[in-house]
Amino acid sequence: MRIGVLALQGAFREHIQALARLGVEGREVRTVKDLADVQALILPGGESTTIGMLMEEYGLIDAIRESELPLFGTCAGMIVLARDILGSSQPRLGLMDMAVDRNHYGRQRESFETEIEVTGLPDGVRGVFIRAPVVTRTGPGVEILARHQGEVVLCQEGRCLAAAFHPELTADTRLHRMFLDRFVTKAPSHHR
Amino acid sequence: MDEQGTFRVKAGLAEMLKGGVIMDVTTAEQARIAEAAGACAVMALERVPADIRAAGGVARMADPVRVKEIMAAVTIPVMAKVRIGHFVEAQILEALAVDYIDESEVLTPADDTYHIDKWKFTVPFVCGARNLGEALRRVAEGAAMIRTKGEPGTGNVVEAVRHQRLMQQQIRQAVATPEDELPVYAKELGVPLDLLKAVHDTGKLPVVNFAAGGIATPADAALMMQLGSDGIFVGSGVFKSEDPEATARAVVRATTHYRDAAVLAEVSEHLGEPMRGLEISRLGPDDRMQDRTQ
Repeated sequence: MRIGVLALQGAFREHIQALARLGVEGREVRTVKDLADVQALILPGGESTTIGMLMEEYGLIDAIRESELPLFGTCAGMIVLARDILGSSQPRLGLMDMAVDRNHYGRQRESFETEIEVTGLPDGVRGVFIRAPVVTRTGPGVEILARHQGEVVLCQEGRCLAAAFHPELTADTRLHRMFLDRFVTKAPSHHR
Repeated sequence: MDEQGTFRVKAGLAEMLKGGVIMDVTTAEQARIAEAAGACAVMALERVPADIRAAGGVARMADPVRVKEIMAAVTIPVMAKVRIGHFVEAQILEALAVDYIDESEVLTPADDTYHIDKWKFTVPFVCGARNLGEALRRVAEGAAMIRTKGEPGTGNVVEAVRHQRLMQQQIRQAVATPEDELPVYAKELGVPLDLLKAVHDTGKLPVVNFAAGGIATPADAALMMQLGSDGIFVGSGVFKSEDPEATARAVVRATTHYRDAAVLAEVSEHLGEPMRGLEISRLGPDDRMQDRTQ
């Protein structure tokens, strides 16, 4: 199994390292051609305006929409997956029927980490929120997996999983494992 | 409970900037041009380094009005510079809620002995370094991001190359040094042993390492990326060029596709004249910003 990590800008190296900790090969994806070699794609954190613009210019928006690749977006990746981005017309995949609010908590000074309870995981995860977005509207097809102070910060729809925080910045690989098990191999999840 | 200002949160923003270009801007209009070109952050300044050189005198933190205008103009992170050791300028920038503070040799140092105690701040800091010793000393003081110093405002990449190569050589040496010899190497570099041990174990700096100081063209940016930089700061190189918009766009694309020579060739076309640039050997000792602190 080989998992692509969109490497236009942002924390793609950390996702590849998280995959490596699970014994899974991660591969940097920069072009449409790179998509042919991977079974799923992670959209990392970074600047969503930069990432969206570069995706559009290099044909990746259409190619990813037309593919059937399972997708896991974190932070900027979540923004790129959303259909509606409050106050912005930036390029996006728009594959999830939801609206997001960028920099919801404010500027970097307001960035934080905290414990997050996730549906289906016995213990909480450490959520690292960096100039993070939240989901402000979810369509009927979107399943909410975690909230923080009432706001949706982890959810899924169809082939997409989206987190407002950064599991790749912690040593905890359970969300990556969840993505691989539920979206990629679709096997029942292992207990470790 | 929500915890703000942890080192993971501070260093994490730098991780999110990786593979991107941070551009010096002096007006809201320039900030919008940088954002539209794909910059992952902007550095709000009173003057770009080339103009600081030309103006002479004492260079200080930018006017808060200017910083606020730039913050209001874009949604990407906004950084701003303080003088080395000037912790009150840093307190002011933190009060303005800039996203990153650059304790920078481009401005006139306020303290010739001590850098700012950066652990005291919630807002993260980036600092310049010419070698592994300087980089780890800044990290020990709380810096969450490092950049090469290069020689700012020259449009000449040679010093940034020298600093990045030296950094990489010293990182390789730290990796190759047997554990029982690390204390002596730490003493030689003038750095805490635990930080050197971290470099020995991981083969990289404990924080993100960008290139800065003299980058003027897309090829310069890709050169610094191929030499192992995590991302690029462009100071005077964009807004001192003939066509800032085109140059900004080209540098962003060259930084993303830094190993793809076909893309590099394509984006290098039709950019007009890059900034004029300075020969480093013509600079007098007082003109060398990189030598201002260690």
